[in-house]
Amino acid sequence: MANPTDYLLAVEGLTVSFDGFKAVNDLSFYVDSNEIHVIIGPNGAGKTTVLDLICGRTKASGGSIKFRNRELTAMKEHQIVKAGVGRKFQNPSIYDDLTVFENLEISYPRGRTVFGALAFKRDAAVRERVAEIAEMIFLADHLDQRAEYLSHGQKQWLEIGMLLIQDPELLMLDEPVAGMSVNERKKTAELLNRIIRNRSVLVIEHDMKFVEDIAHRVTVLHQGKILSEGSMERVKTDPKVVEVYLGH
Amino acid sequence: MTRTPQSNLFGRSFWRIDGDIAGILLLAALLVIVLPLGLDIFRLNMVGKYLTYAFVALGLVLCWGSAGILSLGQGIFFGIGGYCMAMFLKLEASSPEATKIQSTPGIPDFMDWNQLKALPWFWEPFHSLSFSIVAVVAVPALLAFIVGLAMFKRRVGGVYFAIITQAFAAILTILIVGQQGYTGGINGITDLRTLKGWDIRTDDAKLVLYFVNAALLIGCLLLCLYVRRSKLGRILVALRDKEDRVRFSGYDVANFKIFVFCFAAALSAVGGAMFTLQVGFMSPSFVGIVPSIEMVIYCAVGGRLSLLGAVYGTLLVNWAKTMLSESFPELWLFAMGALFIGVVMVFPNGLAGLYQQFIAPHLRRLTARRSGGAAAGAPIIPPHTAAD
Repeated sequence: MANPTDYLLAVEGLTVSFDGFKAVNDLSFYVDSNEIHVIIGPNGAGKTTVLDLICGRTKASGGSIKFRNRELTAMKEHQIVKAGVGRKFQNPSIYDDLTVFENLEISYPRGRTVFGALAFKRDAAVRERVAEIAEMIFLADHLDQRAEYLSHGQKQWLEIGMLLIQDPELLMLDEPVAGMSVNERKKTAELLNRIIRNRSVLVIEHDMKFVEDIAHRVTVLHQGKILSEGSMERVKTDPKVVEVYLGH
Repeated sequence: MTRTPQSNLFGRSFWRIDGDIAGILLLAALLVIVLPLGLDIFRLNMVGKYLTYAFVALGLVLCWGSAGILSLGQGIFFGIGGYCMAMFLKLEASSPEATKIQSTPGIPDFMDWNQLKALPWFWEPFHSLSFSIVAVVAVPALLAFIVGLAMFKRRVGGVYFAIITQAFAAILTILIVGQQGYTGGINGITDLRTLKGWDIRTDDAKLVLYFVNAALLIGCLLLCLYVRRSKLGRILVALRDKEDRVRFSGYDVANFKIFVFCFAAALSAVGGAMFTLQVGFMSPSFVGIVPSIEMVIYCAVGGRLSLLGAVYGTLLVNWAKTMLSESFPELWLFAMGALFIGVVMVFPNGLAGLYQQFIAPHLRRLTARRSGGAAAGAPIIPPHTAAD
């Protein structure tokens, strides 16, 4: 085992309580560079809360989150994004009133201040990068379409694309294949396998088939604590996991 | 898949880009040529007064329409802009010679009536026209900045923000009325005469001021169009929809809200200053809750998503108000209420929405027929979030 400081993301002793209820309780886990780390667990296990804590949406009551040895718990949301952490929400979170192109353009990491945005020019670099990402997320033919009219699966891809254009080192996805058709699911797995090069991905997912397809390492959460951790094979056969989660 | 045919889409986007500019030119022609030719100076001055509210409506289109921040206190900024201008004009009208019958000559008459013996310190800089002009924009923008900083950094938004802006409007009115010696109280600042020796009460001056006002409005309209078409304009729309997504795309959302709130405040203030110049006085009745809500109605009737719509909406509602109050003064408030209910329930996007729905498709078909297939070969430019 490497020294913890070599990890891309080191979560240690993380705790958050809402009115005394500990949604996440003394949680520690690590994400390596270029690793696809999946978090599974029954409803209410605290999975989404963990992502909220990492990206700064929820403030931790205790513990530390270190990303490349920088403490995230003290940073603001937009600073965490600039440090290299991207987050996809559970429901596709895209801008309905804007086109696919404009959706991607807003996520392009330039002109993020008020006056930067006023002076922002849509130059060749932006157009090329947007085209490149659109190609990757199967939306190259939809650039001028209002995002509202995309299918559910396409919206999910668009949001993944909006993260990719930021080129984050750590990509966090909350149920990326929920509500997708079999075909879309396959394409998403393909997409994820392609985009994880040079970055780490932290995924929450319920779909066991999908988890088996992509996971390098699996963490099982239960009532805010780690129930089991390791490869999918190991976790699947862990009697504790079978009892609280996989069994039903 | 719901995919629009390419040629159609690009044709439309081109039409819309031209459409914004064409619409502004049309409005400019109406304001600068048609109305001055068709109306006598009394009515023209009245239109000029209506147009000063259009500055507020433009600000609301950006703040409320684009960014979804409903301010029910734009009268604050309209009023402060107006008061800054009125203070300068009042000082000029209160020269020691003109006020020699007062017990303290050289100070505004209402101060004398309130037993003030000297000009208050904050009135002093308003002897300078350049300072006053800067103050017209800077004071409201600064106030908006402070309010915005306090609210948006704490993530106060929606209805709560609207209510707080109302409270500010009420506070400012009470302050102005209560501090009669410093502000002129409920009567406001009246009896304004000259601007650098130029009498603003004559018909000629009113005509000149009308054109200055119209030119400023067109200038502000273009400025708003620029903001809307910039990436900032699209970010405002994005944060109206999905604030969290914008935040987690690396933007400090509060700063964008503060900017648009300050921008809207500055626009309103320009309108307020032009109001003072054209109407010849400023009073707290343009500051409080009721005028602030009326201003929101102008914007809503025109269409809160459309810059041009807001200008037309302001003109129409004010024209209707004048017509009704001239013949049936007691009916106006009912008409206003009915109008507001109508906008909310029947045409939520206002006049601009009706135009988009019923007139624009016909125009588009006409222009498409005339330009033939030319649009199909157009280069690929994603459509902008158009002004209307």
